This record gives sequence, C-alpha cells and structure tokens, in this order.
Amino acid sequence: MEKFTTHTGVGVPLRRSNVDTDQIIPAVYLKRVTKTGFDDALFAAWRGDSEFILNQHAYTHGSVLVAGPDFGTGSSREHAVWALKDYGFRVVIASRFADIFRGNSGKQGLLAAVVSQENIELLWKLLESEPGKEITVSLGDRTVTCGELTVPFEIDDYVRWRLMEGLDDIGLTLQHEEDITAFEGTRAAWRPQTLPAKHLPSVEIEAARPVA
Amino acid sequence: MGTTLAEKLWTSHLVRKGEDGAPDLIYIDLHMCHEVTSPQAFEGLRLAGRQVRRPDLTIATEDHNTPTLDIDLPIADETSRIQIDTLRSNAAEFGIRIHSLGDADQGVVHVVGPQLGLTMPGMTVVCGDSHTSTHGAFGSLAFGIGTSEVEHVLATQTLPLKPFKTMAINVNGELPEGTTAKDIILAIIAKIGTGGGQGYVLEYRGDAIRALSMEARMTVCNMSIEAGARAGIIAPDQTTFDYVEGRPHAPEGEDWDAAVEYWKTLVTDEDAVFDTEVNLDAADLEPFVTWGTNPGQGLPLSANVPNPEDIADEVDREAAANALEYMGLTPGTPLRDIAIDTVFLGSCTNGRIEDLRAAADVIKGRTKAASVRFLVVPGSARVRLQAEAEGLDQVFKDFGAEWRNAGCSMCLGMNPDQLRPQERSASTSNRNFEGRQGKGGRTHLVSPLVAAATAVRGTLSSPADLVDAPAALV
Repeated sequence: MEKFTTHTGVGVPLRRSNVDTDQIIPAVYLKRVTKTGFDDALFAAWRGDSEFILNQHAYTHGSVLVAGPDFGTGSSREHAVWALKDYGFRVVIASRFADIFRGNSGKQGLLAAVVSQENIELLWKLLESEPGKEITVSLGDRTVTCGELTVPFEIDDYVRWRLMEGLDDIGLTLQHEEDITAFEGTRAAWRPQTLPAKHLPSVEIEAARPVA
Repeated sequence: MGTTLAEKLWTSHLVRKGEDGAPDLIYIDLHMCHEVTSPQAFEGLRLAGRQVRRPDLTIATEDHNTPTLDIDLPIADETSRIQIDTLRSNAAEFGIRIHSLGDADQGVVHVVGPQLGLTMPGMTVVCGDSHTSTHGAFGSLAFGIGTSEVEHVLATQTLPLKPFKTMAINVNGELPEGTTAKDIILAIIAKIGTGGGQGYVLEYRGDAIRALSMEARMTVCNMSIEAGARAGIIAPDQTTFDYVEGRPHAPEGEDWDAAVEYWKTLVTDEDAVFDTEVNLDAADLEPFVTWGTNPGQGLPLSANVPNPEDIADEVDREAAANALEYMGLTPGTPLRDIAIDTVFLGSCTNGRIEDLRAAADVIKGRTKAASVRFLVVPGSARVRLQAEAEGLDQVFKDFGAEWRNAGCSMCLGMNPDQLRPQERSASTSNRNFEGRQGKGGRTHLVSPLVAAATAVRGTLSSPADLVDAPAALV
C-alpha cells in the first residue's frame, strides 16, 4: 500500500447525506474480476446529469471529496473504494462514515477523515464560492486546510499509523502465526467444519422458464 | 460487573490482544464466499504466493449474479458468466467447497449456511457481504467484510478488529396480528436512523424477540446493517437449539450435549451494562413500509407520504426532498394509495420457507391485480424444493406469480431481474437505495404479508385491507 502523509487537491463539495455504496458504484459494475478500471462506474447514475458536481469543469479533476453524513452506507463492496481511487480521489471527508466503508478505505489507502458537520458546511461554502479551490489534508497533523480555514479531523490512531507507513495487514497478522496455531489447538471438537461436506441427498433442480 | 453476549463472543475468539492501540486479533469460525467480492481476494493470494489457511472453515455459493430462469443454459451475460467461472476455478484451485447453480444446496449464502447447520451459536461468521449480520440470529458474532478482509481471512483465518460498542434493543409486548419481524426491524431503523448503529453490535432482546421463530430472528438480524451496525445478535435459546438439531453439520451425540451446555452460557449477564439501550413496544407496531431512498425513511402503512417541510433537521429535510423527487411521490398521499408495478418476494431478508408460506396464505384463492408483476424467488434451491413439496409453488402460479430459481435476484438487480426506470416495486428485500433494483427503479420495502396483499390490491396494502375481498373456497 502506498504511504500517505499529506495530500493537496481540488475539493469537491457533495451536498448529500447517506451516499450509499449503490450510489458510489451500482451493482451492475461489480461483475468485473479486477481491482482497477472502475473509474467510469463511480457515481454512475449521477454522472449522466450534466448538473452533477463532477460534470462541472472546475471539479472534474477533484481528489478530495467533501460529503454529507453517513457516507458509504449499505453494501460491503470494496469496489466503492476502488472506484473512488480509480477516479482520482485520495481523501473523503464527512461527519460520519459507515463502518465497513471506513474499514475498506483504510485497507486501500483512501483516507476517510471525520470532520464535524459544522466544519463541513464551512468547507462546502468555500468550495462552492470558489470552484476548483484546493484542499490540503495533513495526516500527520490531522488537519484539513482550505484557504484561510484549517479544521481538525479524527481518525483511528492505528489506521493512521498504517496509512502513514503504507503497511499490509496480512503481513502484520502473519507475524503472529504461532498465536493463531495455538488458538486453533483450543477450539472445541463440535465446532462445524465445511469439509468433508455433509448435506441432504442431492436432487435434480428443475429450471424455471420464462412466463409466456 | 457482568458481560454482554457480544463481549463473551469477542473474548472467546481472541487470538491476541492488541497493544498500544493496535486492534485485537479475532479468530473466524466460518467464512462464506460468493462470486462478487471474492475474485480480487483470491488474486491477491496468488500474487503473494499464499494458500487458504482453513479450506475446511470456508464455503462458497453462487448467488448475486445467477439467473433465476433457464439455469440449465449457459449464463447469457458474459461478465456474470466470467465472474461465476472465476469463483469455480478459484474454489477448485484452493480446495474450497462450492455449491454451484443447479446444485440442491445452491442459494443465497445467508440462507444456505443456516440450512446446512453450518451456522450455530457461539461462532464468529464473516462473508464479503454486509447481510452476514443475518447469522447473528443464532447468537453468533456475524458481520460483513470488504474484499481486503476476505483475503485476510482466507490467508490467516483471523481479522484484526477493534472492539465494538454494545447496544441493547429491547422489544417487549405482543406483536399485533399481521405484524412481523420485518416490521419490527423497519421500525427500529426508522427510530435510530441509518447511522444509529455505527460502531455497535445490536443485541435484540425482550419477549417479542423471544417469541419469534429462528427464521423471523434472521430477518431482524439481517437488517442490522441498515441501521449502520455491522452485527446484530440474539441470545440462543430452545428455539435456536431446536432449529439447529439434526441439520447436516449439527453436532451429534456427546458433541451435541457439550455444545448445548456451552450455548446455554451465551447470554448477557443480568448485571451487564450496555453502552446504549433502545426500547420499543411491539404492541404499538403495525405493518411498516418505506417511502424514501434509505431504509430509515419508513412509516406505518396507515400514514401519509411525509412533507419534507415538516422535518426540522436540515440534512434530513434535504434528504427527504431528494428522496420524494426520486420516488415520484407527493407529500400527503396516503401510503395505501401508492400503486405498485412489481412485487418481489425473496432475498436473504425474506426468502425463507416461512416467508413463502406467509405470502401464499394471503394470496390463496385470491386474484392478482392485473397491473402487477409478481416475482417469487426462493432464497435457496432447498427452500424451493420444500415449497414445492408443500404445494406453495402451485399457489403462486395459480395466482399469476412467476416461480423462479433461487438467488439474490431483484434484491440488487445484478442478474436480469431488474426494475425499469420509474418502475415501482414493493419488495421484501433490504435496501430501497436509488437504482438498487435497476436504474431509475423505485423501491418500497415491505414484509411478505404486505407484499402478498399488495399483489392482490395493486397498491401498498396489508392483509387486513383484504377482509372484504372474496376469498375462494378451499
């Protein structure tokens, strides 16, 4: 994972609450088996509207998204994070994030910065009054700066450390493989195993046909 | 001070306590995979030269993309076909059990796990799907994960996690006739909001919850994520044990006795303290439906479409105005007058045998509204077989419904089962997000009883609205 320390880029004010992952990337785009190439899918339903913020020239190359509360609710699809990153976003700022989305962001080097709704309103006003204005996000200082305005943001200490070091979780966990093996030795015998497979007798499943 | 059930489950799966702000390392008892959120995880393993640590604690099913018609023919959509083929080849390469389309154990992953007896009390269960919270109904800590975490579990059978906060949701009193588990959870989400559960494990408690069947409990826990909570749990009791006993993977003999003895300890201690408590009186509930574009935007069926101007909070007001515009609704319209084009009965929320029975009971001997298309998609192939054994398929077909093969189907419209732009559905699924069931589609979330009654009348309705409708002699 790429290290994250500071980032400066065009701020995009997205005045919507509850931007769910179906809005960030609709399910029809989830059929790909790759981790990249999702930039065209980001906000697909809204991108068709010429008024949509990312269709306005000044914001097209934005990399810091400033959204309403409860960003990333709904499905666990990490594709939402991949799509934001593929489009060019490095930071999403909101007053509240859905837990799974925030977790997924942390794994992929997308910074999910929690800023109070009061300060979000100030950022929105600045970005709207001066389209194309840049925002600087400092992970070291935990601050968001837009022109004269500097506001703090919150992030979990451990996630911050991992982002700044660019560390891979699996590698970190495998340092404790002995602990995992020791734990496995204590598991009760009745705990279910998927193999060998047990199930009711197999039956032929009849295919449903279209109704004429 | 005692501990809550969620804390007991956490402690019993603790591989390693995190130090200096690092997360705890938690062992995962069961990892379920499907075709959409796993391909990039398997690719990650391959690139790093890693193996699946415990194929014997892993299972895969095909559900999100699978067609519900002509399942014996090649899948027409090429990208869907490639994704499913990718799951099959990954399962073969890494030695993972898979239930493919056409197999009697294929179906929505959250229906398949419990019916095989792989979900039982006292476990940690994960899947790259947010509705994994369903399995919390057994008294297990079950939650959805992203693809990076899928890869992590495949490689290590653990997850680094920070402890959750705990929230008690106490539902007491007797649920009125015609009101179901779906109405309970929709009312809870409307009360605490789509972000109300963020950072929490919800424990559903109280006599109204205890009175629910296992399948109804799964409906409640399933939608915990719609309140922002990754997990929802219900303490196991005799209802749980009776449901698990005798299933293919249920413990037997002495193992069964040892398991039950342990499971009986899985309760929140009387002197335990939750971080937050929410109370709901079941007797006050009535059939609940959503009017907006998030699951928190719901009201009793007897209410009218709200007026955004009456909403004090600015963010909520704007969200309501956007939602009404998208949904094409006018403030003040009685919810009962909203005409529905398509009724969808199915999904991991309400695609189990009890849901099909409840809906079939309502429509039996009645006539479908001519304007309505009615899709019945069993949650799994076994549910479909069971329904056919009970003759429910014939009830649905006689009524004019389409009797389909199992899968996620129109819940998220990844397969051909989609709404057209502006088409309006009454859906027993879990999300009414913009475009969720098809681009431009408009979704009202409902219970199976409301879905069935709506298919009869053509507008949002509950069975109580049908009292004067002519029921055929049976």
